[in-house]
Amino acid sequence: MADASIARPAAPARTSDGLGQLLARHGALVGLVLLVLFNLAFTPNFVSWQTLNVNLTQVAAIVIVAVGMTLVIATGGIDLSVGSLMAISGALAPLILLGQILPMPHPLLAVALAFVLPVLVAGAFGWFNGFLITRYRIQPIVATLVLFIAGRGIAQVVTNGNLQVFRNPEFQVIGLGRLFGIPVQVILMLILVAGAAWMLRRTLFGRQILAVGGNEQAARLAGIPVASVKRRVYLISGLCAGLAGLVVIAINSASDANLIGLGMELDAIAAVAVGGTLLAGGRASITGTLLGALIIQLVRYTLLANGVPDSAALVAKAGLIVLAVWLQQGRKST
Amino acid sequence: MFQRQTPTPTPPLLVMRGIDKSFGGSPALRGAEFTLGRGEVHALIGQNGAGKSTLIKVLTGYHRRDAGLVEFDGQPFEVHSPHAAQAAGISTIYQEINLVGLRSVAENICLGREPRRFGLLDWRAMHAEARRLLGRFSIDVDVRRPLGSLPTATQQMVAIARAIGFKAKLVIMDEPTSSLDDREVEVLFDVIRQIRADGVSVVFVSHKLDELYAVCDRVTIMRDGTTVRSGPMSEIGKLELVATMLGRELTAVARQGATAFGAKAAHAAGEVLAVDQLAAGPRVRDVSLAVGAGEIVGMAGLLGAGRTETVRVVFGADPAAGGSMRYGGQPFRPTEPADAIARGIGFCTEDRKIEGIVPELSVRENLTLALLPHLTKAGIVDEAEQRRIVERFIQRLGVKCQSPEQPIRELSGGNQQKVLLARWLCMNPKLLILDEPTRGIDVGAKAEIQALIGELAKDGLAVLMVSSEVEEIIEGSDRAYVLRDGQTVAELTGQDLNETELLAAMAHGAHDSREYGHG
Amino acid sequence: MTTSLTSRTPLLVLVGRYGVIAALLLLILFGWARYDNFLGSYNILSFLRYTSMFALVALGMAFVIMSGGIDLSVGAVAAMSSVVAALASPYGLIPGLLAGAAAGLVAGILNGILITRLNIVPFIATLATMLAAGGTGLLLAGNQSVSVSYDTAFVELGQGDLLGFPVPAWIAAIAYVLGSIILNLTAFGRSVLAVGGSEDASRMMGLPADRVKFLVYAGSGLLAGLAGVILAAQFGAGQPIEGVGWELFAIAAVVVGGTLLTGGKGSVESTLAGALLLGLIFNILNFENGLGWISLSAYWQSVIRGLFLLLVVILQAKLVGRDATG
Repeated sequence: MADASIARPAAPARTSDGLGQLLARHGALVGLVLLVLFNLAFTPNFVSWQTLNVNLTQVAAIVIVAVGMTLVIATGGIDLSVGSLMAISGALAPLILLGQILPMPHPLLAVALAFVLPVLVAGAFGWFNGFLITRYRIQPIVATLVLFIAGRGIAQVVTNGNLQVFRNPEFQVIGLGRLFGIPVQVILMLILVAGAAWMLRRTLFGRQILAVGGNEQAARLAGIPVASVKRRVYLISGLCAGLAGLVVIAINSASDANLIGLGMELDAIAAVAVGGTLLAGGRASITGTLLGALIIQLVRYTLLANGVPDSAALVAKAGLIVLAVWLQQGRKST
Repeated sequence: MFQRQTPTPTPPLLVMRGIDKSFGGSPALRGAEFTLGRGEVHALIGQNGAGKSTLIKVLTGYHRRDAGLVEFDGQPFEVHSPHAAQAAGISTIYQEINLVGLRSVAENICLGREPRRFGLLDWRAMHAEARRLLGRFSIDVDVRRPLGSLPTATQQMVAIARAIGFKAKLVIMDEPTSSLDDREVEVLFDVIRQIRADGVSVVFVSHKLDELYAVCDRVTIMRDGTTVRSGPMSEIGKLELVATMLGRELTAVARQGATAFGAKAAHAAGEVLAVDQLAAGPRVRDVSLAVGAGEIVGMAGLLGAGRTETVRVVFGADPAAGGSMRYGGQPFRPTEPADAIARGIGFCTEDRKIEGIVPELSVRENLTLALLPHLTKAGIVDEAEQRRIVERFIQRLGVKCQSPEQPIRELSGGNQQKVLLARWLCMNPKLLILDEPTRGIDVGAKAEIQALIGELAKDGLAVLMVSSEVEEIIEGSDRAYVLRDGQTVAELTGQDLNETELLAAMAHGAHDSREYGHG
Repeated sequence: MTTSLTSRTPLLVLVGRYGVIAALLLLILFGWARYDNFLGSYNILSFLRYTSMFALVALGMAFVIMSGGIDLSVGAVAAMSSVVAALASPYGLIPGLLAGAAAGLVAGILNGILITRLNIVPFIATLATMLAAGGTGLLLAGNQSVSVSYDTAFVELGQGDLLGFPVPAWIAAIAYVLGSIILNLTAFGRSVLAVGGSEDASRMMGLPADRVKFLVYAGSGLLAGLAGVILAAQFGAGQPIEGVGWELFAIAAVVVGGTLLTGGKGSVESTLAGALLLGLIFNILNFENGLGWISLSAYWQSVIRGLFLLLVVILQAKLVGRDATG
């Protein structure tokens, strides 16, 4: 046991934050503000309704996935399968819409099912991730790797790898529709962010997520059902990925299982890391994730708008991730 | 290849003098002294926090000393890494064996000094070397097997063989027998005697007194970061050893007023918990005890006696291997802590950092962590109610924090402990298990916590309290059990619950059946 | 911590140890019995030529995983290196080879620095390098494939033969022989496994854990660079957007080969078997479609690979037992 350790009084309460700590805590917001200021000064036509809409539209799917990812990471896990689950849900929806799985008696029923079923399927796969992790105690990175590989294959097999083109205004509301001039997926994204932030803060489940990620042993000794909490966050992550898959295909009016959600897991993890959620678990900020995703998007936009090629934005994104995680590391050691 | 024992008197192998070391302002070592002869098996003992492991870590280059002098093999000794210490001839064998379980026996013995031919590893020579070293201890295993597939005792022999292979002059063993059975202990002792005969010195850290007497030549006792006694093992009796270690006078004067527990309960109401012949893992062999409502029952014993392990089983954190338990008159066998919690048991763990607090969460969240399911309606936390409860307990326990929203990691140890106590108290438990409730806590907070425990018991709470502090057991508990090597060896009540009896039970036990022959 | 490997079902242990070799042999038998020309020299040689790239990447990944880490950057690094090699190809075979390999090595060194100096977890560090290498590759290539020069012998690295065997297969074979020697016959190889088995214990035993980790990432980068060179030479172009998913193929090959994903135990030979096995699944699917009886799309290969991975991972979890991974 811990007999060999030296009992030490805890370090005196420290209230003054160092610069590093300040940056780690509010770095995302500071970064975003700086980026906006930079753009106001240098990017032509930055202040426009269109710029806002373009950026928000592009970021919506990432944020939706990143919300689920934030919860997973808050428990100390990771979910690599989100991109593949997007592909599954994105491949299923057109099949349902076009009546290729079941003949649809009513077009509206088809639309309803096209919304619900793919998301549920993705959720079921997410739950399976959680099952592998809790039942067999497989590290999350490995357990979700299985569906990362197989998931896209499933989507490709289901569609035979074909591009499915469709037009269905009712269904495509989720990607093309507007409410009060705001794109529907942006509203969806904001609802999800608000809902998840509220859930994390106000519900039993939210608190249990943070307790499990913060100290799994202590959580167990306080009677928290650790395995069940973990399974549920992977389920949610799957559901979010499923929803994001629908948004992406609705925007494109087409579904290509080879491409939907490709690399999404990295974007989502990057958004979470830049947003200040501890990768080791225990501290999570959904709004931080939103800010993180916006920063990554805005960096890309800024570089593009100022004539820097998209590929350089990738390098910048890499630098951002390293910086964010390195700042976290610094905070942990204080 | 090994130094033979040179005729006495020889200069000592190791001299440590006036060693100071503090961590973040709090001293762990204050002028500690340690002298070790050549070919000597030396017991190093002390309570938790006495500084023995810090002393060892200073010696092995893990910590840098703040002040003091170390001389090893006649030379001033300055090492700043375990690697350098190993190269200088000091090998350490930790209780959690520090080898790589997935790799073979031979690899573990030879890692870092692999025999080579033409620049490549010479596996045959490596296997032969491993077999030769183990053969010296009459141990015959397939050296190609993964180390982890062998019994703990054999793994330990491998660790010793590795040390000898590195031409260690000094082998430090940190609680080497904690997970061995009696027969394996004998084998280990034979090995120790053999390397002693080869002139290798051994520092032996253990809390099993019989073992110390069986194998050690000299003993050094530490307390509160200093060396309080050092001498030949044969000149210090068991009782004296325990008393010195705990800092007690041998005169049986029952001092009063050293703790803040209230007056003792006259009589326990009804049985809450009964444990009968419990066995679990290597450390709990035969533990029986009972706790009644309104009663504080102490659990005393030296380190490694199996106290923490016992209460973890009661709480459902670890599985029981044998015996039975009754709780509230019903058979009781919890498989998860949640079971025990649902039945009204709370458990304040010994190690707050690892098993208690969730550091990133606030005082409020930590305090209500177990209560949370009762504070929710349709999954939503009733924050108003939560705040009321948190405020009430912060006030009642005198938790000092800026606000309930402060992260708990910023609080002092005493205040963290109060929050953890409150975590269970707000559940309105029937039985509260406290494992070292006042360890590492400043004096003021300690008295407050002790007073609180007394009050709670008066209100009818059953308390089972593990403590290594003699005062806490004697003054704080109405009754006390003494554990020794995983067995209940004494139950002390009334007049018998005094220092003399307690120390005697910890030192000798009631039925001292296990004896190790001298070699 | 120590893990008990005794007292498990012997069958499980046997499957864990020889399963991948047995599966590989079975698959070959199956192909031989079912398809004409399966063991024909054309199929074998083109299979080897193509699979060599992946085998190289898997070898580097095997060392990284044995040391307890992970390298997500290999695919992007290979793509970037293919661009660099293509750009250098006009200067000849050797400059192209060296430039591509050096590009990979630099990325690997970057990983090593991020992980050992800045203490960033391997997963994130190599993720960042993946993005950076991908971006750099695109920048260098100007967002399109870069044709290699056919004026020099560079393309021989991918398309040439030596003593009747494809050059890429030679390169992979040499790398695997060296890898096997390094793992089994050098102190460094033992240190890799020791650090992966228990980094704390290794440090206690005086092993230079940081140097070991640095070197495995550098090595993984170098091998990815070589794979990139072959990619460019084989397809006649540096391809900045190739390499997507290679890292996961490599991880799967390593794991299917029986290397513990938690580190500390693994083998170079089984990794090769794992890489060949996964490649063979694709090959067999091609033949199956050729038969025309059923139309199994090529997409089944990811599903089947995923299932393989699932099987192996569960098997490993059962082998190591509940105590080790906790």
